[in-house]
Amino acid sequence: MQLLEKPSSVSVSAPHSPWRTFATGLWNDRVNVRDFIQRNYRPYEGEGSFLNGSTKRTVELWGQIRELLARERRAAGGMLDLDTAVISGICSHPPGYIDRNLEVVVGLQTDAPLKRAFMPFGGYRMAAAAVESAGRTVDPATTAIFKHRKTHNEGVFDAYTPEIRLCRSVGIITGLPDAYGRGRIIGDYRRVALYGIDRLVADKKEQLAQATAAGLTAELIRDREELSEQIRALGELRTMAADYGCNVSRPATNATEAVQWTYLAYLAAVKEQNGAAMSIGRIATFLDIYIERDLAEGVLTESAAQELIDQLVLKLRLVRFARTPEYNELFSGDPTWVTESLGGMGVDGRTLVTKSCFRFLQTLHNLGAAPEPNLTVLWAERLPQGFKEFCARTSIETSSLQYENDDLMRGYWGDDYAIACCVSAMRVGKQMQFFGARANLGKTLLYAINGGVDELQKVQVAPPMTPILGDVLDFDEVKPAFERMMGWLASQYVGALNIIHYMHDKYCYERIQMALHDREILRTLACGIAGLSVAADALSAMKYAKVHVIRDDSGLAVDYRIEGYFPKFGNDDERVDSLARWCVETFMAKLRQQPAYRDSVVTQSVLTITSNVVYGKKTGHTPDGRRAGEPFAPGANPMHGRDSCGAIASMASVASLPYQDSQDGISYTFSIVPGALGRDALDQVNNLSGLLDGYFASGGHHINVNVFDRATLEAAMAHPEKYPQLTVRVSGYAVNFVKLSREQQLDVINRTFHGAK
Amino acid sequence: MKTGLESPPPPPDTPEPVATCFRVPQGRVHSIESAGMLDGPGIRHVIFLSGCPLRCLYCHNPDTVCAENGGLRHADQLMVDVARRRAFLKGGGLTISGGEPLAQPGFVKTLLTGAKALGLHTAVDTSGHLGARVDDEMLALTDLWLLDIKSFDPVTYKRVTGVDRGPTLAFARRLAIRKRPMWIRFVLVPGLTDAVENIEGVAAFVVGLGPAVERVDVLPFHKMGEAKWEATGRFYSLGATQPTTPAATEAARAIFRAKGLKTF
Repeated sequence: MQLLEKPSSVSVSAPHSPWRTFATGLWNDRVNVRDFIQRNYRPYEGEGSFLNGSTKRTVELWGQIRELLARERRAAGGMLDLDTAVISGICSHPPGYIDRNLEVVVGLQTDAPLKRAFMPFGGYRMAAAAVESAGRTVDPATTAIFKHRKTHNEGVFDAYTPEIRLCRSVGIITGLPDAYGRGRIIGDYRRVALYGIDRLVADKKEQLAQATAAGLTAELIRDREELSEQIRALGELRTMAADYGCNVSRPATNATEAVQWTYLAYLAAVKEQNGAAMSIGRIATFLDIYIERDLAEGVLTESAAQELIDQLVLKLRLVRFARTPEYNELFSGDPTWVTESLGGMGVDGRTLVTKSCFRFLQTLHNLGAAPEPNLTVLWAERLPQGFKEFCARTSIETSSLQYENDDLMRGYWGDDYAIACCVSAMRVGKQMQFFGARANLGKTLLYAINGGVDELQKVQVAPPMTPILGDVLDFDEVKPAFERMMGWLASQYVGALNIIHYMHDKYCYERIQMALHDREILRTLACGIAGLSVAADALSAMKYAKVHVIRDDSGLAVDYRIEGYFPKFGNDDERVDSLARWCVETFMAKLRQQPAYRDSVVTQSVLTITSNVVYGKKTGHTPDGRRAGEPFAPGANPMHGRDSCGAIASMASVASLPYQDSQDGISYTFSIVPGALGRDALDQVNNLSGLLDGYFASGGHHINVNVFDRATLEAAMAHPEKYPQLTVRVSGYAVNFVKLSREQQLDVINRTFHGAK
Repeated sequence: MKTGLESPPPPPDTPEPVATCFRVPQGRVHSIESAGMLDGPGIRHVIFLSGCPLRCLYCHNPDTVCAENGGLRHADQLMVDVARRRAFLKGGGLTISGGEPLAQPGFVKTLLTGAKALGLHTAVDTSGHLGARVDDEMLALTDLWLLDIKSFDPVTYKRVTGVDRGPTLAFARRLAIRKRPMWIRFVLVPGLTDAVENIEGVAAFVVGLGPAVERVDVLPFHKMGEAKWEATGRFYSLGATQPTTPAATEAARAIFRAKGLKTF
């Protein structure tokens, strides 16, 4: 086997070398961004007093963008413009600008800002439907191509079994990425800045040379094709960057280039993939190394450093995908999940907080609240106090942050993981996931009661099992039936995901994102559940109260009448919290028994995004007292208004859910009235920080923090034009409140708001 | 029948504690707020006890006035919850509120002892009317007293609460002499407690208490309790009273601040 020659190594001592002054290590010989960060970053233990406002040109640029955003909100289908002819790819469009004189960081997905690209490989019909929802039609020449070119969606439906199709249509499994890009893959975009494309191509060529053996297997053939595609994609990235005047063949030589190179790598991904979630990873502390070097060399000021981050964030605020109305119903508010993970601690005990983590948060103060990028703070007990306080203050003022438990995740994923989408941790460049949406646990319980018959469609969906025949639900009879039904559901669910990801790899492969991964990676198959609190409360009602069954003429259980008191999830009451844990553990055990595509490790999340509304719509009356059609609680939340013992009791219940059986994440959305956090700003900051410390020390995994009152939301519903930037954390992401559908807005307003008693 | 409950309050004018207060293992609990952030420093586990000898016109928890509205709960059982959630209470602690906690002094003492065993900061939210029931041991177990002075003018005090101001002022002086930290609370009700002389009177009295007073909370009257009054079937006499304006609240706070008091 012949090893390809490495490109001449980059000097760390020559004065103009990209790697000048950097401490050397493993990263010099092999692609290893973590090693580079560990040897070169400077932890920052101080507070935010060093921060600057936006520069004049950034303010001017943001002014122009705001006007574009206002026009977008008024446009048909909420889309300012979209391409109807050009099939989007890394090099599909000429360079686009907003105002070239004001842009410090350049690059747009198409040739104009907020013009959405046409990305048909996830599913041509869906891409065309998105175009039509904006009142336009696809260019006939482009349509003609797809008479001959199959897409992911068609592949999936060729392979789906009738049973899977039925599960999908009744809504016991919903939101599957069978008609849209799966997303949730994070390329290690930092590699382009640190190494340059030439080095990365050489590395991939070496991998390709090694991917051979006597008697090539199907796996090796696939690897070879994928590696070839990756190498091609890297070349396209080089071309696209050159069109913008950037020579990314070589490593970045200063902070401006490091930001620009990293962004261009990310841009290549969002030009090629309309993924459900397109996280950018964990770039702040990486970029900080370049900023610190430039500051030390006297070629950058703090103001210019903030300008770089402000301008990068402005670009990330403009990422758009054309999506269908059905998609928007599931994932409301036009989210893109440009998730950036900030902070956390290193395994060596040093904090990974740098000044640039502050600079990212500062964009919310400089440019106002915004849902994207999805800023995610990796919280740890030992984070510097100044950073904790700055985060808490930013949450109180903008409601734009989510927090995840770094002390918990570090043990699983090390100290260079990032969050994909909302809550899913993965080691950057070393791990990817097969996104799997979620199964409806509330409906599964109803199937257990009705022997596999759907309570709304009244058709047999699961194989016939003995229904519960009594007039009163017997906990000891229902629970094992529920478990059996979970077993059936798990097999249908994982089967569907295996088909989906087989086809996605085949027809819609993420070439550039995977080019920025190692060759050997860990793949997870990320399942999920919705309706956890509905199922737990229903089991609790059966166990501690009396649940009478109301049947229709055919004997089908269609409604329930509860007599007596029962403990409800969200009050730190072990009697019901243990039932919620049982649901999580039991379904996970069933999932683990399924064979998973490409040797992936099966995981699950307790997360709904905004699909809790759709799930609720598709589910009949449930034995916890929830009425048919009413939304489920989002993610792992207690049902609306049932957590009546205050914030800590609610948090403690959620924190008791086992991460080891829900390694794709456990999402909790928390809303509190500002006045309930304390009498003045200082108290409020300290108390919010204390709540986060307590929640994470108790084992909580994720939390969205909203600080506002209902009246503000009601005012925004009445006068949306006055609240263009009002940002609300929903389940795992943030949205502009005014972009939610009316139904979703009401759901947010009806959630529990912790207030003063 | 032995209920575990305590004897009726002593005569209101008793100036000093009559006897040692014995720990009682169970008491009447109205409800729990697991994350109170207004009743003492930091994040507080707040236990609301039921039963109160006062009949304040503006009471915003009228459902806690009647002792029978609370369930009988064991201190051990309550403290298990507190212990489990200790991670949240760093920098905060336990606050016992009500109702009037000192209507059940033995139970309060048991709870305070439990909190101290967990290393928690403790606070008691009281009108001070039953301050005579507080013995020296309870003084030592309580890190902070949240003391309501509902009016300084004696006639207004009686009108607002149905009782005399004497025991409250006596208890405040006792806390001051014993150097026990206090946060004074004063509810500003338009047309009832907001006369300038009345506010001046409270402020002058509080200044006279000296450094034991750490801060003063001037709380604007609000009507969030009105629905609860209707639920209890009692007549809400402040139905026509408007909530205190922010300007009036700030003006009242200025009176306290002018005397050098840290006021919120």
